Amino acid sequence: MQKKMAYSFPDEVLEHVFSFIQSDKDRNAVSMVCKSWYEIERWCRRKIFIGNCYAVSPRIMIRRFPEIRSVELKGKPHFADFNLVPEGWGGYILPWIVEMAGAYPWLEEIRLKRMVVTDESLELIAKSFKNFKVLVLSFCEGFSTDGLAAIAASCKNLKELDLRESEVDDLSGHWLSHFPETYTSLVSLNISCLGSDEVSFSALERLVGRCPNLRTLQLNRAVPLDKIATILRRAPQLVEFGTGTYAAELRPDVFSNLAGAFSSCKELRSLSGFWDVVPAYLPAIYSVCSRISSLNLSYATIQSHDLIKLVCHCPSLQRLLVLDYIEDSGLEALASSCKDLQELRVFPSDPFGAEPNVSLTEQGLVAVSLGCPKLQSVLYFCHQMTNSALVNIAQNRPNLTRFRLCIIAPRKPDYVTLEPLDVGFGAIVQHCKDLRRLSLSGLLTDRVFEYIGTYAKKLEMLSVAFAGDSDLGLHHVLSGCESLRKLEIRDCSFGDKALLANAAKLETMRSLWMSSCSVSFGACKLLGQKMPRLNVEVIDERGPPDSRPESCPVEKLYIYRSVAGPRFDMPPFVWTMDDEDSALRLS
Amino acid sequence: MEGSVAYENDLNLKATELRLGLPGTDEREEQSVSNVRNKKRPLQDADEEFGANGKSDAQNETAPPAKAQIVGWPPIRSYRKNNFQPKKSESDGPGIYVKVSMDGAPYLRKIDLKVYTGYAELLQALENMFKFTIGEYSEREGYKGSDYAPTYEDKDGDWMLVGDVPWDMFVTSCKRLRIMKGSEARGLGGGV
Repeated sequence: MQKKMAYSFPDEVLEHVFSFIQSDKDRNAVSMVCKSWYEIERWCRRKIFIGNCYAVSPRIMIRRFPEIRSVELKGKPHFADFNLVPEGWGGYILPWIVEMAGAYPWLEEIRLKRMVVTDESLELIAKSFKNFKVLVLSFCEGFSTDGLAAIAASCKNLKELDLRESEVDDLSGHWLSHFPETYTSLVSLNISCLGSDEVSFSALERLVGRCPNLRTLQLNRAVPLDKIATILRRAPQLVEFGTGTYAAELRPDVFSNLAGAFSSCKELRSLSGFWDVVPAYLPAIYSVCSRISSLNLSYATIQSHDLIKLVCHCPSLQRLLVLDYIEDSGLEALASSCKDLQELRVFPSDPFGAEPNVSLTEQGLVAVSLGCPKLQSVLYFCHQMTNSALVNIAQNRPNLTRFRLCIIAPRKPDYVTLEPLDVGFGAIVQHCKDLRRLSLSGLLTDRVFEYIGTYAKKLEMLSVAFAGDSDLGLHHVLSGCESLRKLEIRDCSFGDKALLANAAKLETMRSLWMSSCSVSFGACKLLGQKMPRLNVEVIDERGPPDSRPESCPVEKLYIYRSVAGPRFDMPPFVWTMDDEDSALRLS
Repeated sequence: MEGSVAYENDLNLKATELRLGLPGTDEREEQSVSNVRNKKRPLQDADEEFGANGKSDAQNETAPPAKAQIVGWPPIRSYRKNNFQPKKSESDGPGIYVKVSMDGAPYLRKIDLKVYTGYAELLQALENMFKFTIGEYSEREGYKGSDYAPTYEDKDGDWMLVGDVPWDMFVTSCKRLRIMKGSEARGLGGGV
């Protein structure tokens, strides 16, 4: 008792100190110092991030943190983006909303990624949280504009509604009219994913006009070009703007109106949208380009020479998303004009074409790596690569933190030497000591995994496809990558041995995905039995795995650590491998 | 890798051994043998995938079949695949969405007329959407052999029978569709 009074501050003081600690990692560390700090911290934590919604249950979260105001949840595994996770796998938000409706009446923010959100969930959010402010739905699905109407109608303090690339059943553009005339608090609206249905333009215009704090507005494709000027004139304070379709018959009055409207937006820093671009209208944005730091042209089907003209007007560019129409010549121009570039993503314009349709090769990426000293994050789709280009990139840019390369044809070797790309990727992990995320492609043997296990000590996420020769490859990664949190593998001949030998490692990671590999059902069962804190999910659409021999490889395997035990919302094609005695365990 | 190792009893110590060391000599030999085997297997698996997954994955059916496709490769989000259409023809731009009502159905639907190349496709789609059958069309007698008749409201506000005018004219003049049922329908078409 005496000791405690001599050495500790009153709780209120500690709570005040803790309020300056925002990062989850630090908060977690604080909570582990001693029991009283754990108690104080749990009462004053306001924000929680749950990277896998099945790692914990709503009840457990509520029991530990009674005063949460902001929740962020992720559902399906990343490979769901590429149709590798069958429909109905899971990731439902409703049970969470139901529990939080009772426990967190003052909840303000919900951010979800890859979750199934229904209109019922949205209606419950609208009804339950009187001070609701932020709804971000990234890559979600399962809801319609009716659910959005409920949010619009009830959430008087809503600041942010961001539907980032979600799949929304677009039943009617009139949901926007459900924002009452008295509602003025909108700060951020992203409806770019909504379908081609008419968005009630007059409702949009009025909404924009009465919300003076609006900073982000991303329109959907259906909003025509000639309406942009009207919108911008009502919201010249915008910082981020996404156009709708950027095409119209070329008319001088429309052009000058548009250019004038853009030039009045002195705060504009980020542009996106640009569907169906008519190049002649691009110069309308030139007046703002010198301040633009982020440009998303990944839907803009414009050719290299137009892209070059545009990027040359953007010396402050930090982030560029673009199609491979930019070609090597465009990337060279980018490298000489945009010295502040930090992030580059180049998407394929014709991903399924048999032959490359544009002149974009490894040279473009080499040029950018040479010319842009601040480049940290790369996503690059191309048709060919060499080890020497990768070595160049690694040596030029040791500050890379995210490197995702997708050579479109699987298992393609170095096109000059015909060797595997082991050495090239090896150089990447060796030189880029802070690399956190890596995606591999091309022809790769177990050697590349040896390099990764040896050098990639800060690597947190690794994506592997059509690579490696044997279990040794997987073993190198699991035993060597100390910081590994997420590993996703498809179509590699990795089997039981490496997985079982490194079972303990899996508990230190968020998740492991393996599909079209050689992991047997028997090994999955064994892993499930040996590791009670792992959920070992076998996903197999061919029917129950025990109807086949134990040595038969499973189609897909998703392993993740969890304190919530096996889940109960699994569809018929998912089985969780448990203890035989799990029925006796309390859940 | 899979071998004939039985998992029924857990006396299979090697498999359950949780160690971090690299495999010993015996296993390395096994692996060099399986290396040879494994170099072939992935390709075979991929081949099987072309067949097995092609039909079960509806998303892939909509993508242009330039060559045999692997599910989920290249790794592009379907949102991006669906939303991006490279300029192929002159008739680009947003779709022509019209509301479709059916007598007796509780709610309306919407379709994009641009998606269809002619009346046959459109009528097929309507049949699928509302789960009914349209009769056979003839200029003289309209739609025979069914209680339903597809009609549309044109630019002048008149209700017309679908199929009388050339397709392109229809697409530009159609404002909304209505699938009429019963006596009203029979009156329009002909047929007793």
